Amino acid sequence: MKDLWQNPRVKRIGAIMLIAVLVTVMTGPEGNGAEPTAGFTGSFAAQASFFGIFTVQRWIVFSLLTLIVVGAIALAKFVHRSWNDRAHRGGSDASAMSTRTPLRRRLDMKSSRYVFYVIVLVLAIFLPHVITDNSWQTQIVQQILVYILLAIGLNVVTGFAGLLDLGFVAFYAIGAYTTAWVTGALPTPPPFHMQFNTFFAIPFAIALAMLCGVLIGLPTLRLRGDYLAIVTLGFGEIIYLFANNLFGITGGATGTREIPFLSIHLGSLKYLWGLNPVPYYYLTLGFVVLFLIIFSSLEHSRVGRAWVAIREDEIAAESLGINPLKYKVMAFAIGAASAGFAGVITASQTLFVTPPTFTLQFSINILVLVIFGGMGSIIGVVLGGLFIQIFVVYLEHSPPSGYNSQDLYMYLGALLVVMMIFRPAGLFPSRRRRREIDQIEAGTAPDAVLTDVGPHNRVQEEMS
Amino acid sequence: MSYFSSHFTTLGHEFWGLLVGGIANGIIYAMVAIGYTMVYGVLRLINFAHSEIFMSGAFASFFLMKVLVGNSTPNAFESVVYLIVGILAGGIVGAVMAVGLERVAYRPLRRRHAPKLAYLISAIGASYFIYNFVGKEFGRINLSIDSPFINNTVFTIFGAAVQTYYIVIFVVGLIMLVSLERLVATSKLGRGIRAVAQDAETASLMGVNIDRTIAVTFMLGGFLGGVAGFLYSIPIGVVYTMGFTPALKAFSAAVLGGIGNLRGAVLGGLLLGIVESFSVAFVNGAYIDVVAFAVLVLVLMFRPTGILGERLGRSA
Repeated sequence: MKDLWQNPRVKRIGAIMLIAVLVTVMTGPEGNGAEPTAGFTGSFAAQASFFGIFTVQRWIVFSLLTLIVVGAIALAKFVHRSWNDRAHRGGSDASAMSTRTPLRRRLDMKSSRYVFYVIVLVLAIFLPHVITDNSWQTQIVQQILVYILLAIGLNVVTGFAGLLDLGFVAFYAIGAYTTAWVTGALPTPPPFHMQFNTFFAIPFAIALAMLCGVLIGLPTLRLRGDYLAIVTLGFGEIIYLFANNLFGITGGATGTREIPFLSIHLGSLKYLWGLNPVPYYYLTLGFVVLFLIIFSSLEHSRVGRAWVAIREDEIAAESLGINPLKYKVMAFAIGAASAGFAGVITASQTLFVTPPTFTLQFSINILVLVIFGGMGSIIGVVLGGLFIQIFVVYLEHSPPSGYNSQDLYMYLGALLVVMMIFRPAGLFPSRRRRREIDQIEAGTAPDAVLTDVGPHNRVQEEMS
Repeated sequence: MSYFSSHFTTLGHEFWGLLVGGIANGIIYAMVAIGYTMVYGVLRLINFAHSEIFMSGAFASFFLMKVLVGNSTPNAFESVVYLIVGILAGGIVGAVMAVGLERVAYRPLRRRHAPKLAYLISAIGASYFIYNFVGKEFGRINLSIDSPFINNTVFTIFGAAVQTYYIVIFVVGLIMLVSLERLVATSKLGRGIRAVAQDAETASLMGVNIDRTIAVTFMLGGFLGGVAGFLYSIPIGVVYTMGFTPALKAFSAAVLGGIGNLRGAVLGGLLLGIVESFSVAFVNGAYIDVVAFAVLVLVLMFRPTGILGERLGRSA
């Protein structure tokens, strides 16, 4: 009997069955404090219709799916093994392998990649003419473009420089509240009269967000990676506390007064962004492209290489004359820039801001986008952000029965764990990042290894 | 000047009351901080999901208390029995959660020698998943607990009332902290934990089962965390997000005392509890949570090794 439980195949099936049970409960009805078991019993008793074809208890479907997955994995392994056997014996398969490489190389060529980018951009430009519904367009700006802006900003901090920032929402909040401030929507009087040129809230908010990045970064970025995570987490919460409680400055829990739309009144140049979301869409899209160009050229610049060096081995980087603190603070400030801009868009399009927007949940939501797409890979982060946010918008629009908008965070949390277990480099990893993780896992990387053997002495040396 | 003097006057009037409350809070922080410090000792990683272990312990004992106490008014004997049952429920559920967490979120990464960032992200994901899952299954509102005892004033010390609740915390907390300290310092199990904390590779050569030791470490930390959750929830009830703030404070306490150091965690917890309690006299109630965090940032900036120093592997 004991041998049976030790059998890896039995263990695996058991684990997958547990996951099936968990998924059944996760997607099941809600419980409450008065009937704590309602959620669990309901999950197994309730029947659901599957595409109108048949109606059955959901756990049966999930168990069947589980068995199919197990079977498919076993089959895939079997096929893979026999394929490998044939490949080793040489013959026709070897030539098939060799023809694959040049094709890949051709796809990797820069020109074809630019063609791809241009196609995507053209599609993005024509999107408002395809999706003409205003509420959908607003959703696209607020739920997709703003999130992508935040994700590429966090990608600079977490992906490029390797710093886990759990308080990234702070910069978004600073951008939003700065917009409210300079347009006179806060109890605090604005620094100058900006009634008709609210457009210039953008440079102002970006500058202030970057400044705050430097101010928050200078004391905290001296800390080790794991301490940094928890300290930034605290900073994010403090920003929320201040926004929520400083009634005289931020308007407190009731939020700001009405924030005017963006507008320009300079001589003959007059433009007002109004209720129509399309101009906001183009403005945001323009800035997304701008930030993408800036961030990707930074990645391949001297600064980007310094970030990689710090990420891979801080001590070695320092000995080569790179000032880690300087470059880390730089990453913080640059990442904050896009978050500050995202704050402007949210504030001015949604007319007023309230503190509950800027909680830890938001920071983690952005982190999920970065992790899912692939830390350090800009295109990956954009695609990951698109995938997840389109899914989120869909869920909000037509929620399946038993789905509460708060459940989203449960799924995102689970997704983080699953990604870390099975694909830590993300779905579309940058080649450099994937190699790094492979090296660390193979034990050939110099540092940042946390295993059950080995690094403890190193950690102690660092501390002493 | 008058601002501060008036606040000091408040502090003077309330001194003993604040001290008693601070120590009680401090003991709870210490019990949670032990979990952080032990895991940090063996794995060199902050167990971000410890807050959810705290929360699940509180939830487990909450539902048990609800069934046991009901609408009755317990007498002294019943109170003791209820408390013991609540402590066991909170502790056992906390321990099971902690071990499960290690199995699911950490062990696969450990097997693969994943980078440190991966552990942090996995832990955050797990924490996020657990508390939202609990929110879904048990409702997202604050549930108030049926108190297993009548909260009388037992005695007064310099005019400050010491209630039954504080006595319970002092007794339970001290018993648990001292027995854990002895367990780690003297038993074979504790020696294994210390050996893994010092040098896992050598420990495994000496016949210490590393996986088992790590699981036991999580279990012990989880037990204390779950019990702390139960004690914390008695006056204020449970809600699915309850773990976040106390756990952040407990982590600050662990760093304050010197992470990896068991006695440091206790000292840090008590100090933080008292400092926080006294700061009530100076800081607006809405910003009380900022105090603990400010302590964390200051300690990390000026003495990152904490008061007693990091004693990874040399604890006890």
